[in-house]
Amino acid sequence: MSTVDAALLDRHALKPDEYERIVAALGREPSFTELGIFSVMWSEHCSYKSSRVHLRTLPTKGSRVLQGPGENAGAVDIGDGMAAVFKIESHNHPSFIEPYQGAATGVGGIIRDIFTMGARPVALLNSLRFGPMDGAHGARTRRIVEGVVAGIAGYGNSIGIPTVGGEIVFEEPYTGNPLVNVFCLGLSRADALVKGRADGVGNPVYYVGAKTGRDGIHGATMASAEFDEKSAEKRPAVQVGDPFMEKLLLEACLELMKSDALIGVQDMGAAGLTCATSEMGARSGSGIEIDVMHVPQRESGMTPYEIMLSESQERMLLVVKKGREREVEEIFDKWDLHAAHVGVVTGDGLLRVKDHGSVVAEIPNTALVDDAPVYNRPMSRPAYLDEVQQFDPSTLPRVHPQDALLRLLSSPTIGSKRWVYRQYDHMVRTNTVVLAGMGAAVIRVKETSRALAMSVDGNGRYCYLDPRRGAMLAVAEAARNVACAGAQPIGATNCLNFGNPERPEIMWQFAEAVQGIGEACRALDVPITGGNVSLYNETDGKAIYPTPVLGVVGVIEDASRALTRAFHGSDDDIVLLGETHEELGGSEFLRTLHGVVRGQPPRLDLRQERALIDLLVGAASAGVLQSAHDCSDGGIAVTLAECTFDTGGIGCEVDLPPDHGVETALFSESASRVVVTAAHQDLDRLLKMAAERGIPARVIGRTGGTRLRITVGGQHAIDCDVREAEQRWSGALAGHFQRQAS
Amino acid sequence: MKFAVIVFPGSNCDHDAYHAAKHVLGQDAEFIWHKETSVKGADVVILPGGFSYGDYLRTGAIAQFSPVMTAVKAFAAGGGPLLGICNGFQVLCESRLLPGALLRNRDLKFHCAHVHLRVEQTDTPFTMRAFRGQVLSVPIAHGEGNYFADAQTLAELEASRRIVFRYCDESGQVTDAANPNGSLSNIAGICNDTRNVVGLMPHPERACESSLGSTDGLVLFDSVVASLAADGALTA
Repeated sequence: MSTVDAALLDRHALKPDEYERIVAALGREPSFTELGIFSVMWSEHCSYKSSRVHLRTLPTKGSRVLQGPGENAGAVDIGDGMAAVFKIESHNHPSFIEPYQGAATGVGGIIRDIFTMGARPVALLNSLRFGPMDGAHGARTRRIVEGVVAGIAGYGNSIGIPTVGGEIVFEEPYTGNPLVNVFCLGLSRADALVKGRADGVGNPVYYVGAKTGRDGIHGATMASAEFDEKSAEKRPAVQVGDPFMEKLLLEACLELMKSDALIGVQDMGAAGLTCATSEMGARSGSGIEIDVMHVPQRESGMTPYEIMLSESQERMLLVVKKGREREVEEIFDKWDLHAAHVGVVTGDGLLRVKDHGSVVAEIPNTALVDDAPVYNRPMSRPAYLDEVQQFDPSTLPRVHPQDALLRLLSSPTIGSKRWVYRQYDHMVRTNTVVLAGMGAAVIRVKETSRALAMSVDGNGRYCYLDPRRGAMLAVAEAARNVACAGAQPIGATNCLNFGNPERPEIMWQFAEAVQGIGEACRALDVPITGGNVSLYNETDGKAIYPTPVLGVVGVIEDASRALTRAFHGSDDDIVLLGETHEELGGSEFLRTLHGVVRGQPPRLDLRQERALIDLLVGAASAGVLQSAHDCSDGGIAVTLAECTFDTGGIGCEVDLPPDHGVETALFSESASRVVVTAAHQDLDRLLKMAAERGIPARVIGRTGGTRLRITVGGQHAIDCDVREAEQRWSGALAGHFQRQAS
Repeated sequence: MKFAVIVFPGSNCDHDAYHAAKHVLGQDAEFIWHKETSVKGADVVILPGGFSYGDYLRTGAIAQFSPVMTAVKAFAAGGGPLLGICNGFQVLCESRLLPGALLRNRDLKFHCAHVHLRVEQTDTPFTMRAFRGQVLSVPIAHGEGNYFADAQTLAELEASRRIVFRYCDESGQVTDAANPNGSLSNIAGICNDTRNVVGLMPHPERACESSLGSTDGLVLFDSVVASLAADGALTA
């Protein structure tokens, strides 16, 4: 028995009062192995101890929801007896320490969550945030960007799941703490979803996949602490991915799931074998007994503590029906995988770990899972808010509108992400009907006439200025993007990236953001079916912007009606849906042109947003739209420019209302606005549909020519060659890497 | 007419080739697991894209030792039409069914994009329905598609007209700017000396439906169907 002292608890990131709870739960002092097991299960990453009270307030139910939070991933009904299974997860901390492997294993982890549910993964998206690529830390940031992108590509391309979309933002607060959030979606029969359960006393427990090594021990604990200059020393806690092994696991598990020999399955991700055994037992009210001597090991001399806490990748735990062992083993043999019989389901509700027959840990599953500490952490509104929300645009120096637009288009956050997505195989599986970079990602569902649209969105700057409104805007933007493809949004997943929750100001940001997400999801009827919380995103005491990222999934009934952002041809009418207000607060314009992050983010009327989404879906399915593009970062000027890109140079002539001045007209980021185009003969129908839903719709111009011409109240503002603008936009990100190469 | 799609561990475009043959062309199609020892009476064999054996060691290097490859080689030796796409092309080179090797792309990065190909030869079972000089829009998706062969091999390929596809621009010009990976002579695909074994890096199976942006890849599948129908007519 180890002597438990303050230093030992500190190494396990356990507080003294948490240790008292462990002693109370066991009725005795824990063994060293048990202490390790508690420490990972009660880590922030696994237990959600700071966030749980807030997450409970999110709407998780709806007529389409087949599986809400609590399983490996959520699922929604997409019609014809099919389900879309999806989730988003963070791999921020590992990606900073070891960009390639951190990002790669993030992809591997989220894919396992999806096929664990019995779904074949068919699409990946990601939401990435880095520091600026120039300036003091530019070289390091470029290395991180290259590593993360290569890691995502290396894993996704190899396993053969297309990376079809996402977002990338470059902003100062992410310099020492990049965000790598990965989203995966899979398809399954709705009646064939598999759960992570351990039912049936006496049923055998199998371990399959890669061998267990010493990598990743305390990864979950690492993800629950801030960073400092010693973080590089934690590199051994980052795992190494093997996409080939996971491909075999994926195919073998899907094959096994077609039989009825399987009871339940869970991947060994964060907290490895410990989490899989205790969570599966807890969900079923059963126990699991394993002997670590049967666990395949990569290294010799591993202790039970190390085996239970290892986060080696590409491992699954399965409970199968007693008497069907041969069948199960044969399927894994076919794929050259060894299924090791490591234990058995018991009726005592305990996680019992043996080492060569002698018990080294015996803990009630409920103590690890359900009775983990829940903190109602103190909150206080940060003092900085009053200061930064003050903002008077009239104090800013004037910039020529065309220069402003070109500078926005050449900023890496707005510029083309082609340099990134061409490294991702975004076409494998031959379902990608809207190619990467053209708007929301759209994949067809081959078995049906439908398609699914997906978008991941967040805006850390808005959330920094007003966490609640910023989070609402993130929900609205993701839902609007999906609707711009012609899809009805039906479900969402969230990844909540925040700083240290032990600081009341951070906790307040978190609580406000969750409130905002809940409010918006309820109003737009997009329930949250699962997600992930990533706290302690701080380096040397500096927190990131509070950054909730929303992934929204929508259904297009007729896949052939899917829309992109790009103008479709000449002589179409350009219509602005929604209204522009004087809302430059927190805008990309302020930040890029003036280096200012101030003001209040745009207001959001959720009823109006819902009506707009309804209009887009209705108009797209009626075939009256040629293209649709959301107005967000950079305002309508950037939106119009992006509509002309990838069209072979189709320009436009547009006149915008002058109500609040040229800069507002062009660069305000007012919410609930979309630029759509319609063939002239469809215009009346479109305007009628908009009027019926109470959506302001104004014809602002026509497509055609080779120039991007925008006037405001008839006054010249922008007049540039489309190809010239497109060249700036195309090189915005790629240029940083070409320079580096020369 | 039956297509066999060989499935190695790590193949990931197997479903796409199967879908093109079965659902787009309406032909019979069957997956053949790499541990099988026969191609089960197939009329056409496809080695699909992917990362066979994780592309560990070298791309395509381990797959040549799979049991099914003995049957595939016999099928090819008997004149059967055999198509290697992407990783399948790499496997064909590693198996010595085609000469040369695929190196890492010259910029060391994976590329996924639509490119243009010029059909150079139409006397193979996979190009007989195309016309010489025809420009096809077909996607690529590879990190190691940079075709290399020694000078003598290259000269032989040219002399025996075995370069079947070259990367080109939209108008059919073979330029360095249109070369996505650094392949010698812009080579995108070649055939063996009996012309029944064709390997190419681009993915024709991804360009068979207009909803995916191009139907230019169909000509390879239509060609082999026509070629077999012609053979059948001759031997009947």
